[in-house]
Amino acid sequence: MNILVCVSRVPDTATKVIVGPDGKTIDPKGIKYIVNPYDELGIEEGLRLKEKNGGTVTVITVGTALSTDILRTALAMGVDKVVLVKGEEPSDSYYVATNLANYIKELNPDIIFLGRQSVDYDSLQMPSLLGEMLDIPSVSVVSKLTVEGGKAVAERDIEGGKEIVEASLPCIISCQKGLNDPRYPKLPDIMKAKSKPIDEREPVSVEAKTTVLSMSIPSKQRQNKVVGDTEADIDEIVKLLHEEAKVI
Amino acid sequence: MKKILAYLEPQKETLKRTSLEVISAARDLAGKLGIPFSGVLINGTPEQAAIAAEYGLAELTIVNHDQLSKYSYTAYAKCIEQVAKAEGADCIIFSANATGLDLAPRMSVKLGAGYVGDCVGIDVQDADLLVKKPVYAGKAQVSVKFYSDSKVLSLRPNVFTATKSDSPATLNIKQFTPELSDSDFKALVVSVAKNEGKLDVLEADVIVSGGRGIKGAENYNLIENLAGAFAGGAVGASRAVVDSGWRPHSEQVGQTGKTVSPSLYVACGISGAVQHLAGMSTSKVILAINKDKDAPIFKLADYGIVGDLFNVLPVLTDKIKKVTGR
Ligand SMILES: Cc1cc2nc3c(=O)[nH]c(=O)nc-3n(C[C@H](O)[C@H](O)[C@H](O)COP(=O)(O)OP(=O)(O)OC[C@H]3O[C@@H](n4cnc5c(N)ncnc54)[C@H](O)[C@@H]3O)c2cc1C
Ligand SMILES: Nc1ncnc2c1ncn2[C@@H]1O[C@H](COP(=O)(O)O)[C@@H](O)[C@H]1O
Repeated sequence: MNILVCVSRVPDTATKVIVGPDGKTIDPKGIKYIVNPYDELGIEEGLRLKEKNGGTVTVITVGTALSTDILRTALAMGVDKVVLVKGEEPSDSYYVATNLANYIKELNPDIIFLGRQSVDYDSLQMPSLLGEMLDIPSVSVVSKLTVEGGKAVAERDIEGGKEIVEASLPCIISCQKGLNDPRYPKLPDIMKAKSKPIDEREPVSVEAKTTVLSMSIPSKQRQNKVVGDTEADIDEIVKLLHEEAKVI
Repeated sequence: MKKILAYLEPQKETLKRTSLEVISAARDLAGKLGIPFSGVLINGTPEQAAIAAEYGLAELTIVNHDQLSKYSYTAYAKCIEQVAKAEGADCIIFSANATGLDLAPRMSVKLGAGYVGDCVGIDVQDADLLVKKPVYAGKAQVSVKFYSDSKVLSLRPNVFTATKSDSPATLNIKQFTPELSDSDFKALVVSVAKNEGKLDVLEADVIVSGGRGIKGAENYNLIENLAGAFAGGAVGASRAVVDSGWRPHSEQVGQTGKTVSPSLYVACGISGAVQHLAGMSTSKVILAINKDKDAPIFKLADYGIVGDLFNVLPVLTDKIKKVTGR
């Protein structure tokens, strides 16, 4: 099987977000960047499919020179090949999708794994965007998957339950937590990954469809009324919920 | 912008609550821009249309086709595209629920439109649309402008309020039969498994979540009882609880669980790690119960009770039941 995994480079989820001097992006100082956690599920699922059926696992990211670090992580996990579409910081999802689609047309994979969302911009659109651009099916938020006989059967999380979706290959799967437990790279593999080649590509330029004007830290004013645990305290809280917040 | 199209979804005999939010937001935006708006409903009934009218919808296209009894995102997207073109709509609004998040980006490609997902605010400035969306799991928010003429949005559920219109509209219904072919059904929903009898956190108006402080699956009845004291209450959990195997992942709230925005979120024995806050920080009202007065969750809470949840929850549940009469 010819398997492709698309990964993005994101700040560690515990990062404290501070708006940078441009007022539109975060201040990268002191931030540790990691492989988007949902994309690790994609790498793991790709590796398992390969272990079962044979084939190759390729990992691609659209980013800048800084993105080599996450590709090294992917190599250490055991993927065969990594591709970096190296340009300026991506302008919007259309730019990323167009560049991914270009490579996909060249590689012609049987299955493409993405994460359900990239935990930086939480754009929540790449799987459907790519599916539509390439005119192939995509199934999002998948927590269970079987690939057999030219089709994928995927369990997808929806409000209040699950949908079972059947899709013909080639198809796009976006991974949700629960799909698998990604492996940790072992130290010797981390060392070996340092000298493996990275296939670098020039991006095509794409006219942006949206742009970020400003970024801010939301400051919803909370009441912060904290009481003890006596009967009177609890009465007070119930009264506040009823009369002040009007939620009961 | 010329015309707004609101994507509506049926739910049993009525419309999904998120669809009423979408109509209300479309109505407000159309009003501000002085342009018309209409709705599209696949496999809908006149009864559902009548509900849409109460929220001010005056034009609705109902799509029917034999093959649409089978559910396929690709085919649905094709239908909405055909309706949008027939209507001359250049702005389509979805809910950012499971269906909307899947369909909306497809529509943006079909219409050559820009797309912003999971919006929490829509503003108009100089006849131009400005939308707000959370980024970095809600730790920050961005204000986004479109360059494209056509626009597609999805709205985070439970953030925009569904309000009936002061002047309910006389509804003009158009029936529409789309052109579909077999190749539009490359991905097909073959079955749906609903968590029967249990309300999902994504659909709940009140969520009561337990954390590691609950100490074991056997104590979760305390959480369930409090959730049961509210109409529309559901049970949630922190990752610590899910990882311990006390509750299923479908109940996890947070960065790698669900993002919720209920009217009331009650956090019981949850410390308030950033990854948990990521999933619930836009809740309208937050109540925290924790025995540690310095727990970070209190900084984000509207109301807090410092105490042992094993003592507090039964008393709180009784007192709330007296108010709700449940
Ligand atoms: C990549 C990544 C993703 C993550 N995603 C999520 C996610 O989606 N959701 C999530 O929740 N977490 C997530 N986490 C984990 C998160 O960092 C925390 O570890 C987790 O939220 C802690 O759960 P907790 O608050 O239940 O437990 P703890 O942090 O252990 O807190 C337990 C709290 O209970 C209180 N307590 C104890 N006993 C009592 C009592 N008798 N009465 C009252 N209070 C009591 C304690 O004072 C304490 O504050 C993620 C972490 C990572 C690294
Ligand atoms: N710059 C990128 N390069 C490669 N893949 C990406 C990139 N950005 C997003 N993706 C993929 O698309 C998924 C969903 O991201 P998004 O729609 O941006 O939230 C991610 O989990 C990745 O699999």
